[in-house]
Amino acid sequence: MTTARSEFFKGIKAELPILIAVIPFGMIYGVLSLDAGLSAIQTQAMSVIVFAGSAQFIMAQLFATPTPALVIIITALLVNLRHALYSASVYPYIKHLPFSLRSGLAYLLTDEAYAVSIIHYNQPGKVKYRHWFFLGAGLAMWSTWQLSTAAGILIGSLIPTSWPLEFFIPLTFIALVVPSLKDWPSLAASLTGGLVSVVAFGLPFRLGLIVAAFAGIGAGLFLEEFGQRALKIRRAQHRGDMIE
Amino acid sequence: MTIWLTMLAVGVLTYATRLSFILLLGQREISPRTQQALRFVPPAVLSALIFPQLLLPNGTWDLSLGNERLIAGMVASAVAWRTKNVVATIVAGMVTLLFLQAFF
Repeated sequence: MTTARSEFFKGIKAELPILIAVIPFGMIYGVLSLDAGLSAIQTQAMSVIVFAGSAQFIMAQLFATPTPALVIIITALLVNLRHALYSASVYPYIKHLPFSLRSGLAYLLTDEAYAVSIIHYNQPGKVKYRHWFFLGAGLAMWSTWQLSTAAGILIGSLIPTSWPLEFFIPLTFIALVVPSLKDWPSLAASLTGGLVSVVAFGLPFRLGLIVAAFAGIGAGLFLEEFGQRALKIRRAQHRGDMIE
Repeated sequence: MTIWLTMLAVGVLTYATRLSFILLLGQREISPRTQQALRFVPPAVLSALIFPQLLLPNGTWDLSLGNERLIAGMVASAVAWRTKNVVATIVAGMVTLLFLQAFF
């Protein structure tokens, strides 16, 4: 029987494998944020207020260097814009819920909770109790992120300061980016963003970062467009061959 | 104080993006063009943060074999590509860096 309760626990269960990967990530964030000069309270508060892994890593790195607040805010916003897509994607499934519940679920709409919830929503059957699944997955993710941040804060204070801890940040980013470069447009976005940011590193207010982000996005879009056009031409030629 | 305000601003904006379509624009669709562009945000932004850390270790270009961070980053990239494992990637990169710093 499907009940609110069983859906809630199903959501937690579906989230568990992802959480195993989230724990070290949250701990590394805690360690790094302290290393960047944030206090323990600020580090934990960021996990509650922002509650978005990659944006928190980026902010920790930027707080460590003299970067204007506006550049930090724009960069974090760019990285978090994908949540608007998730928002649009879950909307049809939760539009019948009261405003308060929808607002609460929106706070829990992370990559991790979205991934398992949307797969569950897309399965056939009644949708009536499925927001409990979303809630279970979302709360499991939230608690794990808070606890692993706290664990990172505790461990961070024990690590000798001579260790090159700040190198954890680019390493974490490499671990996230490299496996996602499965096609040419993504690779172009990555290489262009990276190289432009090196060339434009001297720009004031760390504006090079924003310039590089837009250059990378542009390169990805350009190559995708180019690839589709090439495909169309090839198809047209193929059709031409057959007619002859 | 700046840290708190920046954090708060990012928190509010992040929540606003998560709430956006759920609350207001449910009936409107995101254009395919924007969806395409969003796909390239993570590789572009994260690479923009990675590259200077590896190529400008002391604020200037260093493409030599003596650039420990570049070598460690390349080892980490290879491990990331092969294993797709976050922890394995971080450990491989960090061990390479500590090894190079200790012996060269």
